[in-house]
Amino acid sequence: MNLTLKVWRQKGAADPGHFETFQPKGIVEDMSFLEMLDVVNEELIEAGKEPIAFDHDCREGICGTCSLVINGKPHGGQKATTACQLHMRKFGKWDTITIEPWRAKAFPVVKDLVVDRSAFDRIIQKGGFVSVGTGGAPDANCLPISKEVSDEAMDAAQCIGCGACVAACKNASAMLFVSAKVSHMNLLPQGKPEADRRVKNMVRQMDEEGFGACTVTGSCEAVCPKEISLNFITKMNRDYGCAILKG
Amino acid sequence: MISRHDFEADASGMNILSYLFKSSLGRKYIMAASGLALFAFVIGHLLGNLQIFLAPEVINRYAQFLKDNIELVWGARIGLLGCIALHIWTAISLSADNKAARPVAYADATPPAASMASRTMLMSGLIVFFFILYHLLHFTVQVEWVNGVEKTFHSLKTADGHHDVYSMVVIGFRQPLVALCYVIAVGLLCLHLSHGVGASFQSLGLKNKAWGPVIDTASKVVSFLIFVGYASIPLAVLTGIVGDSVAR
Repeated sequence: MNLTLKVWRQKGAADPGHFETFQPKGIVEDMSFLEMLDVVNEELIEAGKEPIAFDHDCREGICGTCSLVINGKPHGGQKATTACQLHMRKFGKWDTITIEPWRAKAFPVVKDLVVDRSAFDRIIQKGGFVSVGTGGAPDANCLPISKEVSDEAMDAAQCIGCGACVAACKNASAMLFVSAKVSHMNLLPQGKPEADRRVKNMVRQMDEEGFGACTVTGSCEAVCPKEISLNFITKMNRDYGCAILKG
Repeated sequence: MISRHDFEADASGMNILSYLFKSSLGRKYIMAASGLALFAFVIGHLLGNLQIFLAPEVINRYAQFLKDNIELVWGARIGLLGCIALHIWTAISLSADNKAARPVAYADATPPAASMASRTMLMSGLIVFFFILYHLLHFTVQVEWVNGVEKTFHSLKTADGHHDVYSMVVIGFRQPLVALCYVIAVGLLCLHLSHGVGASFQSLGLKNKAWGPVIDTASKVVSFLIFVGYASIPLAVLTGIVGDSVAR
């Protein structure tokens, strides 16, 4: 393949950053997108230059670490796919590909394409858990949960916290992430006792981190690699409203 | 380490008003609720105006009915003014937060899968707001220099001495530029509503899998009908379907 890459390079949070153009050799269509970047980096290292920093871990679409905006779309815009599962055969032989980091105030750039997503961790610390006394394992069927509810909770729990929703939203809103995390707990009986305080505390942390508000554009849902539905945002809006009315 | 303290029932000391006015979700509730109230007015106002197609006496009687119940009209006006103020305040406040949330733009700033209506809410809303100001000066306050006619609307009287709203509307819309402004403005209003109505139900949490899609479709269909209804009045006057009885 004869690609032209326009890659965002930024030394650190204080550096304004810029695009750098590469024309890598030896890229074949069977490579994954990250393998393609590995090849570029090997070339750079051999030439004694600074390799492109990018986040990656499992490379099988389940960890939520990779975080590339490819041609303006988080994870490259392929349905239900993380960047690591995207393959070069999806691109044309002579394509120009623009690669940028997640762009949000709450996700400051650490270096090049790596951003700091600890804002998400702080939101989880405000209620993305259930407080239960540990002890002997309870009987598996002692809490009856309907199939519909457990399915919905599992749909919400699919969120891998990659932050593509924030990256895609024109307001850099974290509503899809937070609503998935709130819903997967609030739907289940184990999460019910703390449901009201969970949604209030997690929303407050979300606001404090500097994420924008939801304007229902649907960008987040469209790019989510785990296909989390906008319906969870509706549910969180309802849960939050009920919680603040109760005081 | 997460301590018990972090997960207290309400560590913030916020009451319902501070939740409503300070949190992002609270401000969205205000925006949605005020928007839905204004949407209800837009429908009511349209139904009232469409009486122009019945007969001059019908719309004039309706206008007189409103004038005779000025206490109720002022109640509605104050309510609407409050809704507009809240709607604009939340729009400014949330837009500022939203802009601040992305300090560095992407190379291509078009967000994926977002409709044109959803991306242009602030702009369509602003233009509609300035149109409302014009519309009030034109037909409510009846300022002579905005109507494009060398005639004050105050002087138009029916045979029994009441204000002749029918003739005012007909003379007003015989000005092609004025009529064009109205058609463009109601077009933008309906673009705004086609996204806004459905999004209001979403913001208030009043949607689910069963009727969410129905609300979204209804929001677009009703908005289009509102456009057809409002635009039909200046167009009917311009084409001469309405207003033959009014002297040119």
